[in-house]
Amino acid sequence: MKERPTMHRREFLRNFSRKIPTVLTLATIPIHKLAAAVEGEYKASDHAYAMGVDIHKCIGCGKCADACKTENKVPREPHFFRTWVERYVVPDEGPARVDSPNGGINGFPEQGEQNDVLRQFFVPKLCNHCQNAPCVQVCPVGATFTSEDGVVLVDDTYCVGCRYCIQACPYGARYLHPTKHVADKCTFCYHRITDGLLPACVEVCPNQARVFGELGQRSSPLRRLLRFNDIIVLKPGLNTEPKVFYAGADGEVR
Amino acid sequence: MFDIIASAAANLPGITGYIYPNEYELQWGLLIIIYPYLTGLVAGAFILASLERVFNVSVLKPVYRLSLLTALSFMIIAPLPLLAHLGHPERALEMFLTPHTASAMAMFGFVYAWYLMVVLLLEIWFDYRQDFVRWSREKTGLVKYVYLALTLGATDISDKALAFDEKIGRVITIIGIPSAFLLHGYVGFIFGSIKANPWWSSVLIPIVFLFSAIVSGIALVIVIYMVSTMFRLKRLDMRCLNKLAELLLYAMIVDFSLELLDFIHRLYESEESIHILSEMISSRLFVSLIISQIFLGTVIPMVSISIARFGKFPAEMRRLSYFIAALLVQVGIFSTRWNVVIGGQLFSKSLRGLTVYKLDLFGLEGLLMGVGLLLLPFLILWGMTKLLPPWPDVEEAAEARPALT
Repeated sequence: MKERPTMHRREFLRNFSRKIPTVLTLATIPIHKLAAAVEGEYKASDHAYAMGVDIHKCIGCGKCADACKTENKVPREPHFFRTWVERYVVPDEGPARVDSPNGGINGFPEQGEQNDVLRQFFVPKLCNHCQNAPCVQVCPVGATFTSEDGVVLVDDTYCVGCRYCIQACPYGARYLHPTKHVADKCTFCYHRITDGLLPACVEVCPNQARVFGELGQRSSPLRRLLRFNDIIVLKPGLNTEPKVFYAGADGEVR
Repeated sequence: MFDIIASAAANLPGITGYIYPNEYELQWGLLIIIYPYLTGLVAGAFILASLERVFNVSVLKPVYRLSLLTALSFMIIAPLPLLAHLGHPERALEMFLTPHTASAMAMFGFVYAWYLMVVLLLEIWFDYRQDFVRWSREKTGLVKYVYLALTLGATDISDKALAFDEKIGRVITIIGIPSAFLLHGYVGFIFGSIKANPWWSSVLIPIVFLFSAIVSGIALVIVIYMVSTMFRLKRLDMRCLNKLAELLLYAMIVDFSLELLDFIHRLYESEESIHILSEMISSRLFVSLIISQIFLGTVIPMVSISIARFGKFPAEMRRLSYFIAALLVQVGIFSTRWNVVIGGQLFSKSLRGLTVYKLDLFGLEGLLMGVGLLLLPFLILWGMTKLLPPWPDVEEAAEARPALT
């Protein structure tokens, strides 16, 4: 039987103490930076981002809309949103009642006793990062563009503030920034995703109703959501080819 | 229109149903209403001038030059409201320097530039060249040199040279007609190509814009011709005025038919948006669309011109009738622009709610600024008629004198 090499306690401690600085240094670097260091520099063309929203999981807490405002310094006034949550109350008869007080950030007011409600649900909304984006088409100077990784962005140093893109967006996903005077919208938290992080809204969702990921990777949670659910996109008749996919949403959602 | 102003004054929220949170702020206001209104007047006035030139409608000679100068005065001011409404006006030139070729708006800059530089300015220059030469010889003082500069050094007014001017002027007008059609048709396309907006998205919009432009242009020239003649203490050429009124009536019939067709088509197709649009017309747009645009701005002028033109009335009565009709047409066409621009933003793209437009009195998008922008072209026109008198009696007087060669 082969004898195991022995290490005396003193020798162990000495070796360990020598490695402490290295361990401490590594511990201060965020894990995603380490991952990035391993994977190499970010290459946009290697990615194709999209988002899935599972309507059945959304509880309408509005944390996503709140986190988005904080993360992206979106004006706190109630009429500027990169993402918001809508509540749909579908009665037995007649059109659905929809509301989104302050984008759902403070939750939704109780509705009291209602006997005519057939079903109700919450729908988080955001820029659909359309493959065939009307906003990109109409921008007169090309300040709105689609990045190589499939995200629709606005160059705020170039936007002239004509607001044509806001008119062209079928989803109401854009607004004119009140102090920058340029068009503003959801970027999928581009500064985070290119760093290997999740968008803020996805990160804070307590129920994982929002799933962000790579459209091209078969193993991604997004692909799993798309595979196991009935999926719709918003206003498909307009041929914008949205890249925000809704699982469990019905025809009432516009 | 006025109910919206009233509700704004009362500071009522006025929102019914559900609108997307980002839709609380209307993106395009008074400035963007004024812009298609002004370009429409330009295109209309130019097309009127072209009738005289290309189709030899010689009774319109008294208003030929006046129409051209009117077109130019309004053309100079037309981009101002666009510029003023930009979030970053200092970046406006980027539309010309680094245009995004897929954008209807970016390409419009070139259509505008083409029209202003190649069509309007050239046509006016060729038409006035012999007068520039004559005036540069007759006048004294600084004005003499202004006219001399305006000749751009081309001082030959031999018969051969004048024949050349005439020929080129005609060619430019022939190019100018489709250009004028393009100019205002294109403005319509900027709205009509927005598929996200069911109120705008219509293939008919460019054509409706074009005919409403012709209507507004003719009506404007009628007003300017009548008022300027009155101030100059001259007699109105009734044949010319009758012809103008006739043309206005025909253009209005085409324009109204097209708008009716659009309306009936929408009603009959009854798409998803029909409920919210019907609600908008019967509530928010009732005053500006039904009363102001259709009743005051279309039906009354059409009836009054028809009666005055084809009935047996004294000339005085006719003139009054034409004048009031032409003024009402302006109200109607302004309402048309209002209804397109504001109407397209009063309903939510969720098709579930309506919002309101609040018109301020002061500020960049305010009523006073709007009134100023609408008056500015008249000021420019006044100045221009001083420098380049468009009056036929001045021309005739000049022709009566022995030619200075």
